Amino acid sequence: MAITIALPSALRPYAGGSLEVTLEGRCATVGDALGVLAGRHGGVVDRVIDERGELRKHVNVFVDGDNVRWLDGLRTAVAADSTIVIVPAVSGG
Amino acid sequence: MADDRPAVHSEGDVLLLVGTMKGAFLFWSDAGRREWRMEGPHFRGETVYSLAYDGRGGRRRMLAGTQSFHWGSVVRASDDFGATWSSPERQNVRFPEDSGLAVANIWQLRPGRESEPDTVYCGVEPAALFESRDAGESWSPVEGLLNHEHRAKWQPGGGGLCLHTVVVDPAEPRRMGVAISTGGFYRTDDGGASWQARNQGVRAQFLPDKYPEFGQCVHKVVNHPARPERLFLQNHWGLYRSDDWGDSWTDIANGVPSDFGFAMEVHPHDPDTVYIVPLESDQFRIVPEARLRVYRTRDAGASWHALENGLPQEGAYEVVLRDSLASDGGDPAGIYFGTRGGKLFGSADAGESWREIAGALPPIVCVKAAVIGAGGAQDS
Repeated sequence: MAITIALPSALRPYAGGSLEVTLEGRCATVGDALGVLAGRHGGVVDRVIDERGELRKHVNVFVDGDNVRWLDGLRTAVAADSTIVIVPAVSGG
Repeated sequence: MADDRPAVHSEGDVLLLVGTMKGAFLFWSDAGRREWRMEGPHFRGETVYSLAYDGRGGRRRMLAGTQSFHWGSVVRASDDFGATWSSPERQNVRFPEDSGLAVANIWQLRPGRESEPDTVYCGVEPAALFESRDAGESWSPVEGLLNHEHRAKWQPGGGGLCLHTVVVDPAEPRRMGVAISTGGFYRTDDGGASWQARNQGVRAQFLPDKYPEFGQCVHKVVNHPARPERLFLQNHWGLYRSDDWGDSWTDIANGVPSDFGFAMEVHPHDPDTVYIVPLESDQFRIVPEARLRVYRTRDAGASWHALENGLPQEGAYEVVLRDSLASDGGDPAGIYFGTRGGKLFGSADAGESWREIAGALPPIVCVKAAVIGAGGAQDS
Protein backbone atom coordinates (compact mmCIF):
# COMPACT_ATOMS: atom_id res chain seq x y z
CA MET A 1 0.00 0.00 0.00
CA ALA A 2 1.13 3.52 -0.64
CA ILE A 3 -0.06 7.07 -0.37
CA THR A 4 -0.71 8.78 -3.66
CA ILE A 5 -0.39 12.54 -4.07
CA ALA A 6 -2.06 13.93 -7.18
CA LEU A 7 -0.57 17.15 -8.51
CA PRO A 8 -2.23 19.97 -10.42
CA SER A 9 -0.79 20.83 -13.82
CA ALA A 10 0.92 23.96 -12.51
CA LEU A 11 3.04 21.95 -10.10
CA ARG A 12 3.95 19.00 -12.30
CA PRO A 13 7.04 20.73 -13.76
CA TYR A 14 8.49 20.69 -10.25
CA ALA A 15 8.00 16.91 -10.04
CA GLY A 16 9.59 15.97 -13.32
CA GLY A 17 6.27 16.21 -15.12
CA SER A 18 4.57 13.53 -13.02
CA LEU A 19 0.80 13.64 -12.61
CA GLU A 20 1.12 11.99 -9.24
CA VAL A 21 3.71 10.89 -6.75
CA THR A 22 3.59 7.70 -4.73
CA LEU A 23 4.96 7.63 -1.19
CA GLU A 24 6.03 4.32 0.29
CA GLY A 25 6.29 4.04 4.03
CA ARG A 26 4.26 5.29 6.93
CA CYS A 27 2.90 8.82 7.21
CA ALA A 28 0.53 9.70 10.03
CA THR A 29 -0.70 13.05 8.74
CA VAL A 30 -0.98 15.16 5.62
CA GLY A 31 1.86 17.27 6.98
CA ASP A 32 4.02 14.16 7.30
CA ALA A 33 3.26 13.21 3.72
CA LEU A 34 4.09 16.66 2.42
CA GLY A 35 7.29 16.55 4.43
CA VAL A 36 8.31 13.36 2.66
CA LEU A 37 7.30 14.92 -0.65
CA ALA A 38 9.46 17.97 0.15
CA GLY A 39 12.47 15.73 0.34
CA ARG A 40 11.87 14.59 -3.22
CA HIS A 41 10.22 17.58 -4.85
CA GLY A 42 10.84 20.68 -2.76
CA GLY A 43 9.59 22.95 -5.53
CA VAL A 44 6.13 21.40 -5.23
CA VAL A 45 5.87 21.80 -1.48
CA ASP A 46 7.23 25.40 -1.53
CA ARG A 47 4.17 26.26 -3.56
CA VAL A 48 1.72 24.49 -1.26
CA ILE A 49 3.08 25.46 2.16
CA ASP A 50 4.69 28.78 3.12
CA GLU A 51 7.76 29.41 5.26
CA ARG A 52 5.66 29.24 8.41
CA GLY A 53 4.61 25.72 7.55
CA GLU A 54 1.06 26.84 6.79
CA LEU A 55 -1.05 25.82 3.85
CA ARG A 56 -1.15 28.67 1.34
CA LYS A 57 -4.40 30.58 1.44
CA HIS A 58 -5.55 29.77 -2.06
CA VAL A 59 -4.48 26.15 -2.23
CA ASN A 60 -6.71 23.28 -1.17
CA VAL A 61 -5.61 19.81 -0.13
CA PHE A 62 -8.05 16.92 -0.08
CA VAL A 63 -7.57 13.59 1.67
CA ASP A 64 -9.72 10.85 0.24
CA GLY A 65 -12.13 13.48 -0.99
CA ASP A 66 -12.29 15.69 2.08
CA ASN A 67 -10.81 19.20 2.27
CA VAL A 68 -8.32 19.26 5.14
CA ARG A 69 -9.36 22.84 5.95
CA TRP A 70 -12.57 21.40 7.38
CA LEU A 71 -10.77 18.59 9.14
CA ASP A 72 -7.56 19.06 11.10
CA GLY A 73 -5.51 20.99 8.58
CA LEU A 74 -2.07 19.61 7.97
CA ARG A 75 -2.54 17.44 11.05
CA THR A 76 -5.34 15.57 9.32
CA ALA A 77 -4.70 11.84 9.56
CA VAL A 78 -3.97 9.80 6.46
CA ALA A 79 -4.24 6.06 5.92
CA ALA A 80 -1.57 3.92 4.36
CA ASP A 81 -3.46 3.92 1.05
CA SER A 82 -4.89 7.45 1.12
CA THR A 83 -5.07 9.67 -1.91
CA ILE A 84 -4.05 13.27 -1.37
CA VAL A 85 -5.11 15.74 -4.03
CA ILE A 86 -3.61 19.24 -4.30
CA VAL A 87 -5.70 21.76 -6.23
CA PRO A 88 -5.70 25.55 -6.65
CA ALA A 89 -8.74 27.17 -5.08
CA VAL A 90 -11.34 28.65 -7.37
CA SER A 91 -10.38 32.09 -6.08
CA GLY A 92 -8.29 34.18 -8.41
CA GLY A 93 -7.03 37.66 -9.03
CA MET B 1 1.17 46.44 -31.35
CA ALA B 2 1.89 42.95 -30.10
CA ASP B 3 4.40 41.21 -32.30
CA ASP B 4 5.77 37.69 -31.96
CA ARG B 5 8.65 38.10 -34.40
CA PRO B 6 12.09 37.54 -32.91
CA ALA B 7 13.36 40.84 -31.64
CA VAL B 8 16.79 42.26 -32.34
CA HIS B 9 17.91 44.78 -29.78
CA SER B 10 20.88 47.01 -30.28
CA GLU B 11 22.87 49.52 -28.31
CA GLY B 12 20.84 52.62 -27.59
CA ASP B 13 17.46 50.95 -27.80
CA VAL B 14 15.10 51.90 -25.01
CA LEU B 15 13.30 49.29 -22.95
CA LEU B 16 10.23 49.79 -20.80
CA LEU B 17 9.38 47.13 -18.28
CA VAL B 18 5.74 47.31 -17.25
CA GLY B 19 4.37 45.22 -14.41
CA THR B 20 0.62 44.71 -14.17
CA MET B 21 -1.90 42.76 -12.17
CA LYS B 22 -2.02 40.18 -14.98
CA GLY B 23 1.58 39.87 -16.09
CA ALA B 24 4.53 41.89 -17.38
CA PHE B 25 4.85 43.67 -20.70
CA LEU B 26 7.97 44.93 -22.45
CA PHE B 27 8.02 47.90 -24.80
CA TRP B 28 10.89 48.64 -27.15
CA SER B 29 11.86 51.73 -29.07
CA ASP B 30 14.90 53.23 -30.70
CA ALA B 31 16.61 56.28 -29.26
CA GLY B 32 13.95 58.54 -30.76
CA ARG B 33 11.32 56.97 -28.50
CA ARG B 34 8.43 57.78 -30.82
CA GLU B 35 7.22 54.34 -31.84
CA TRP B 36 6.99 51.43 -29.42
CA ARG B 37 6.76 47.71 -29.97
CA MET B 38 5.02 45.65 -27.30
CA GLU B 39 6.05 42.17 -26.19
CA GLY B 40 4.13 40.05 -23.75
CA PRO B 41 2.44 39.43 -21.52
CA HIS B 42 5.04 37.47 -19.66
CA PHE B 43 3.90 35.47 -16.59
CA ARG B 44 0.32 35.44 -17.79
CA GLY B 45 -2.12 35.85 -14.93
CA GLU B 46 0.53 36.59 -12.33
CA THR B 47 0.89 39.90 -10.54
CA VAL B 48 4.19 41.68 -11.17
CA TYR B 49 4.85 44.45 -8.67
CA SER B 50 8.60 44.59 -9.22
CA LEU B 51 10.82 44.68 -12.28
CA ALA B 52 14.38 45.81 -12.84
CA TYR B 53 16.92 46.07 -15.61
CA ASP B 54 20.51 45.47 -14.61
CA GLY B 55 23.14 46.66 -17.08
CA ARG B 56 26.07 46.69 -14.71
CA GLY B 57 29.37 45.16 -15.70
CA GLY B 58 28.23 44.28 -19.20
CA ARG B 59 25.30 42.29 -17.89
CA ARG B 60 21.94 42.61 -19.63
CA ARG B 61 19.61 41.08 -17.15
CA MET B 62 15.98 41.67 -16.41
CA LEU B 63 14.58 40.69 -13.04
CA ALA B 64 10.93 40.17 -12.20
CA GLY B 65 9.21 39.59 -8.89
CA THR B 66 6.17 37.51 -9.79
CA GLN B 67 3.28 36.58 -7.57
CA SER B 68 0.99 33.71 -8.33
CA PHE B 69 -2.37 34.03 -6.65
CA HIS B 70 -2.09 30.40 -5.62
CA TRP B 71 1.54 29.35 -5.49
CA GLY B 72 3.46 32.27 -3.98
CA SER B 73 6.20 34.61 -5.17
CA VAL B 74 9.62 34.16 -6.77
CA VAL B 75 12.26 36.32 -8.43
CA ARG B 76 12.87 35.34 -12.04
CA ALA B 77 15.67 36.47 -14.35
CA SER B 78 16.10 36.79 -18.09
CA ASP B 79 19.42 37.34 -19.87
CA ASP B 80 17.92 37.35 -23.36
CA PHE B 81 15.45 40.22 -23.08
CA GLY B 82 12.54 38.03 -22.12
CA ALA B 83 12.86 35.28 -24.71
CA THR B 84 13.30 32.95 -21.73
CA TRP B 85 12.92 33.48 -17.99
CA SER B 86 14.27 31.45 -15.16
CA SER B 87 11.71 29.45 -13.21
CA PRO B 88 13.32 28.78 -9.83
CA GLU B 89 12.32 25.41 -8.50
CA ARG B 90 12.53 26.58 -4.92
CA GLN B 91 11.04 29.77 -3.53
CA ASN B 92 14.19 31.87 -3.77
CA VAL B 93 13.06 34.78 -1.57
CA ARG B 94 12.15 33.11 1.66
CA PHE B 95 12.05 34.03 5.33
CA PRO B 96 13.82 31.82 7.86
CA GLU B 97 11.38 29.24 9.18
CA ASP B 98 11.82 30.46 12.76
CA SER B 99 10.87 34.03 11.82
CA GLY B 100 7.16 33.29 11.78
CA LEU B 101 6.93 35.28 8.54
CA ALA B 102 6.03 34.32 4.99
CA VAL B 103 6.61 36.33 1.82
CA ALA B 104 3.32 37.70 0.55
CA ASN B 105 4.63 39.82 -2.33
CA ILE B 106 7.84 41.14 -3.84
CA TRP B 107 7.59 44.92 -4.01
CA GLN B 108 10.99 46.10 -5.10
CA LEU B 109 14.00 44.85 -7.03
CA ARG B 110 16.93 47.23 -6.97
CA PRO B 111 20.34 46.59 -8.49
CA GLY B 112 23.03 47.77 -6.10
CA ARG B 113 26.05 49.95 -6.64
CA GLU B 114 28.21 49.93 -9.75
CA SER B 115 31.09 48.90 -7.51
CA GLU B 116 29.18 45.78 -6.43
CA PRO B 117 27.83 44.51 -9.74
CA ASP B 118 26.52 41.23 -8.36
CA THR B 119 24.56 42.79 -5.49
CA VAL B 120 20.81 43.24 -5.85
CA TYR B 121 18.29 44.25 -3.22
CA CYS B 122 14.73 43.07 -2.86
CA GLY B 123 11.97 44.57 -0.72
CA VAL B 124 9.06 42.38 0.27
CA GLU B 125 5.79 42.20 2.15
CA PRO B 126 5.73 41.74 5.11
CA ALA B 127 8.35 44.46 5.36
CA ALA B 128 11.84 43.07 5.00
CA LEU B 129 14.92 43.53 2.87
CA PHE B 130 16.65 40.69 1.06
CA GLU B 131 20.06 40.80 -0.57
CA SER B 132 21.50 38.80 -3.43
CA ARG B 133 25.24 38.53 -4.04
CA ASP B 134 24.86 36.56 -7.27
CA ALA B 135 22.88 39.01 -9.40
CA GLY B 136 19.47 37.80 -8.28
CA GLU B 137 19.75 34.03 -8.25
CA SER B 138 19.74 33.45 -4.49
CA TRP B 139 18.63 35.70 -1.65
CA SER B 140 19.19 36.16 2.05
CA PRO B 141 17.33 38.38 4.50
CA VAL B 142 19.16 41.39 5.89
CA GLU B 143 19.11 40.30 9.51
CA GLY B 144 19.63 43.74 11.03
CA LEU B 145 16.33 44.91 9.64
CA LEU B 146 14.53 41.59 9.99
CA ASN B 147 15.19 41.64 13.73
CA HIS B 148 14.62 45.37 14.22
CA GLU B 149 13.04 46.26 17.53
CA HIS B 150 10.42 48.40 15.77
CA ARG B 151 9.11 45.55 13.64
CA ALA B 152 6.28 44.59 15.99
CA LYS B 153 4.93 48.15 15.81
CA TRP B 154 4.96 48.56 12.05
CA GLN B 155 1.41 48.54 10.69
CA PRO B 156 0.21 47.60 7.22
CA GLY B 157 -0.86 50.37 4.88
CA GLY B 158 -3.54 49.94 2.27
CA GLY B 159 -1.22 47.83 0.15
CA GLY B 160 -0.03 45.70 3.03
CA LEU B 161 3.03 46.04 5.25
CA CYS B 162 5.56 46.43 2.49
CA LEU B 163 9.18 47.47 2.07
CA HIS B 164 8.77 49.15 -1.27
CA THR B 165 11.80 51.39 -1.75
CA VAL B 166 15.57 50.98 -1.63
CA VAL B 167 18.00 53.89 -2.11
CA VAL B 168 21.76 53.48 -2.03
CA ASP B 169 24.78 55.71 -1.65
CA PRO B 170 27.06 54.95 -4.60
CA ALA B 171 30.13 56.37 -2.86
CA GLU B 172 29.60 54.88 0.58
CA PRO B 173 29.02 51.15 0.30
CA ARG B 174 27.87 50.76 3.88
CA ARG B 175 25.10 53.35 3.64
CA MET B 176 21.64 52.83 2.20
CA GLY B 177 18.01 53.51 3.04
CA VAL B 178 14.68 51.76 2.80
CA ALA B 179 11.08 52.92 3.07
CA ILE B 180 8.29 50.96 4.69
CA SER B 181 4.54 51.50 4.68
CA THR B 182 3.90 52.02 7.48
CA GLY B 183 7.14 52.26 9.33
CA GLY B 184 8.83 55.19 7.64
CA PHE B 185 12.35 55.70 6.35
CA TYR B 186 15.24 53.73 7.82
CA ARG B 187 18.95 54.13 7.14
CA THR B 188 21.95 51.96 7.77
CA ASP B 189 25.52 53.25 7.92
CA ASP B 190 27.11 49.90 8.65
CA GLY B 191 26.14 47.76 5.71
CA GLY B 192 22.81 46.61 7.12
CA ALA B 193 23.89 45.47 10.57
CA SER B 194 21.87 48.22 12.24
CA TRP B 195 19.11 50.53 11.03
CA GLN B 196 17.90 53.82 12.43
CA ALA B 197 14.53 55.47 11.84
CA ARG B 198 15.12 58.77 10.01
CA ASN B 199 11.74 60.49 9.98
CA GLN B 200 12.29 63.75 11.85
CA GLY B 201 9.93 66.31 10.33
CA VAL B 202 7.81 63.79 8.39
CA ARG B 203 4.16 63.96 9.39
CA ALA B 204 1.97 60.99 10.31
CA GLN B 205 -1.49 62.39 9.61
CA PHE B 206 -3.20 59.28 10.91
CA LEU B 207 -1.55 59.04 14.34
CA PRO B 208 -2.23 60.99 17.56
CA ASP B 209 1.46 61.96 17.65
CA LYS B 210 1.88 63.63 14.28
CA TYR B 211 5.68 63.49 14.33
CA PRO B 212 6.68 60.13 15.82
CA GLU B 213 10.11 58.59 15.59
CA PHE B 214 8.69 56.00 13.20
CA GLY B 215 5.36 54.78 11.91
CA GLN B 216 5.00 57.21 9.00
CA CYS B 217 3.42 55.97 5.82
CA VAL B 218 6.17 56.87 3.40
CA HIS B 219 5.08 56.14 -0.16
CA LYS B 220 8.30 56.69 -2.13
CA VAL B 221 11.85 58.02 -1.70
CA VAL B 222 14.30 58.86 -4.50
CA ASN B 223 17.83 60.18 -4.72
CA HIS B 224 20.35 60.90 -7.45
CA PRO B 225 23.72 59.15 -7.62
CA ALA B 226 25.52 62.48 -8.07
CA ARG B 227 24.06 63.79 -4.83
CA PRO B 228 22.95 60.80 -2.82
CA GLU B 229 22.59 62.61 0.50
CA ARG B 230 19.69 64.62 -0.94
CA LEU B 231 16.51 62.60 -0.64
CA PHE B 232 13.04 63.42 -1.89
CA LEU B 233 10.06 61.79 -0.18
CA GLN B 234 6.44 61.42 -1.21
CA ASN B 235 4.50 60.78 1.96
CA HIS B 236 0.95 59.76 2.76
CA TRP B 237 0.21 63.48 2.86
CA GLY B 238 3.38 65.46 2.52
CA LEU B 239 6.28 66.16 0.18
CA TYR B 240 9.69 66.41 1.78
CA ARG B 241 13.36 66.85 1.06
CA SER B 242 16.36 65.91 3.15
CA ASP B 243 19.86 67.19 2.45
CA ASP B 244 21.50 65.03 5.10
CA TRP B 245 20.53 61.45 4.22
CA GLY B 246 17.31 61.64 6.19
CA ASP B 247 18.59 63.14 9.44
CA SER B 248 16.05 65.94 8.94
CA TRP B 249 13.26 66.62 6.49
CA THR B 250 11.80 69.87 5.13
CA ASP B 251 8.35 70.34 3.61
CA ILE B 252 8.61 71.15 -0.10
CA ALA B 253 4.93 71.05 -1.10
CA ASN B 254 5.21 74.41 -2.85
CA GLY B 255 2.63 74.89 -5.55
CA VAL B 256 1.21 71.41 -5.88
CA PRO B 257 -2.57 70.83 -6.00
CA SER B 258 -2.21 68.15 -3.33
CA ASP B 259 0.70 66.76 -1.37
CA PHE B 260 -0.88 63.32 -1.36
CA GLY B 261 0.41 60.85 -3.91
CA PHE B 262 2.48 57.76 -4.48
CA ALA B 263 4.80 58.03 -7.47
CA MET B 264 8.09 59.92 -7.51
CA GLU B 265 11.13 59.84 -9.79
CA VAL B 266 14.32 61.84 -10.06
CA HIS B 267 15.67 63.15 -13.35
CA PRO B 268 18.55 60.94 -14.53
CA HIS B 269 20.94 63.85 -15.09
CA ASP B 270 19.80 66.60 -12.72
CA PRO B 271 19.64 65.98 -8.96
CA ASP B 272 17.37 69.01 -8.50
CA THR B 273 14.69 67.80 -10.90
CA VAL B 274 12.02 65.48 -9.58
CA TYR B 275 8.67 64.27 -10.91
CA ILE B 276 5.49 63.37 -9.00
CA VAL B 277 1.85 62.67 -9.78
CA PRO B 278 -0.32 64.28 -7.05
CA LEU B 279 -3.64 62.70 -6.09
CA GLU B 280 -6.65 64.49 -4.67
CA SER B 281 -6.67 62.83 -1.24
CA ASP B 282 -6.37 59.56 0.63
CA GLN B 283 -10.17 59.32 0.46
CA PHE B 284 -10.25 59.92 -3.31
CA ARG B 285 -7.06 58.57 -4.80
CA ILE B 286 -7.56 60.14 -8.19
CA VAL B 287 -5.63 62.91 -9.93
CA PRO B 288 -7.05 66.34 -8.95
CA GLU B 289 -9.91 67.61 -11.13
CA ALA B 290 -9.67 64.34 -13.09
CA ARG B 291 -6.84 65.97 -15.05
CA LEU B 292 -3.82 63.74 -15.56
CA ARG B 293 -0.85 65.92 -14.74
CA VAL B 294 2.73 65.18 -13.81
CA TYR B 295 4.35 67.81 -11.62
CA ARG B 296 8.00 68.65 -11.91
CA THR B 297 10.36 70.65 -9.79
CA ARG B 298 13.65 71.84 -11.26
CA ASP B 299 14.80 73.62 -8.12
CA ALA B 300 14.74 70.79 -5.59
CA GLY B 301 11.20 71.50 -4.46
CA ALA B 302 11.19 75.30 -4.18
CA SER B 303 8.51 75.26 -6.88
CA TRP B 304 6.50 72.69 -8.82
CA HIS B 305 4.90 73.05 -12.23
CA ALA B 306 2.35 70.95 -14.08
CA LEU B 307 3.28 68.98 -17.19
CA GLU B 308 0.14 68.19 -19.14
CA ASN B 309 0.88 68.58 -22.83
CA GLY B 310 -0.53 65.44 -24.44
CA LEU B 311 -2.14 64.08 -21.29
CA PRO B 312 -5.94 63.81 -20.88
CA GLN B 313 -7.27 66.88 -19.10
CA GLU B 314 -10.89 65.88 -18.80
CA GLY B 315 -12.55 62.87 -17.24
CA ALA B 316 -9.26 61.20 -16.36
CA TYR B 317 -10.11 59.31 -13.20
CA GLU B 318 -6.66 57.85 -12.94
CA VAL B 319 -4.13 56.97 -10.26
CA VAL B 320 -0.41 56.36 -10.65
CA LEU B 321 0.99 54.00 -8.04
CA ARG B 322 4.31 54.29 -6.23
CA ASP B 323 6.53 52.38 -8.62
CA SER B 324 4.81 53.35 -11.85
CA LEU B 325 6.87 56.45 -12.73
CA ALA B 326 10.28 56.01 -14.31
CA SER B 327 13.08 57.67 -16.25
CA ASP B 328 15.25 55.99 -18.87
CA GLY B 329 18.63 57.67 -18.53
CA GLY B 330 18.53 59.02 -22.08
CA ASP B 331 19.29 62.57 -23.15
CA PRO B 332 16.93 64.29 -23.20
CA ALA B 333 15.47 62.17 -20.46
CA GLY B 334 12.60 59.87 -21.22
CA ILE B 335 9.93 59.89 -18.53
CA TYR B 336 7.20 57.24 -18.35
CA PHE B 337 4.27 56.37 -16.19
CA GLY B 338 1.47 53.86 -16.06
CA THR B 339 -1.96 54.13 -14.50
CA ARG B 340 -4.10 51.75 -12.59
CA GLY B 341 -6.53 52.18 -15.47
CA GLY B 342 -4.01 50.44 -17.74
CA LYS B 343 -2.72 53.41 -19.70
CA LEU B 344 0.99 53.87 -20.37
CA PHE B 345 2.35 57.31 -21.25
CA GLY B 346 5.80 58.45 -22.23
CA SER B 347 7.72 61.65 -22.82
CA ALA B 348 10.90 61.83 -24.90
CA ASP B 349 11.63 65.39 -23.83
CA ALA B 350 11.85 65.21 -20.06
CA GLY B 351 8.13 65.76 -19.58
CA GLU B 352 7.45 68.71 -21.88
CA SER B 353 5.15 66.62 -24.06
CA TRP B 354 3.56 63.21 -23.66
CA ARG B 355 2.20 60.44 -25.85
CA GLU B 356 0.08 57.44 -25.02
CA ILE B 357 2.12 54.28 -25.57
CA ALA B 358 -0.60 51.79 -24.61
CA GLY B 359 -4.18 52.38 -23.64
CA ALA B 360 -5.72 49.16 -22.40
CA LEU B 361 -3.27 47.17 -20.35
CA PRO B 362 -4.26 45.47 -17.10
CA PRO B 363 -3.86 47.67 -14.01
CA ILE B 364 -0.25 48.92 -14.01
CA VAL B 365 1.68 48.58 -10.76
CA CYS B 366 5.28 49.01 -11.91
CA VAL B 367 7.16 50.84 -14.68
CA LYS B 368 10.93 50.78 -15.19
CA ALA B 369 12.98 52.06 -18.10
CA ALA B 370 16.50 51.64 -19.40
CA VAL B 371 18.71 52.47 -22.36
CA ILE B 372 20.40 49.28 -23.55
CA GLY B 373 24.18 49.45 -23.45
CA ALA B 374 24.23 52.48 -21.22
CA GLY B 375 25.42 50.36 -18.31
CA GLY B 376 24.30 50.79 -14.77
CA ALA B 377 20.91 50.18 -13.32
CA GLN B 378 17.74 52.12 -13.87
CA ASP B 379 15.82 53.74 -11.07
CA SER B 380 18.92 55.20 -9.51
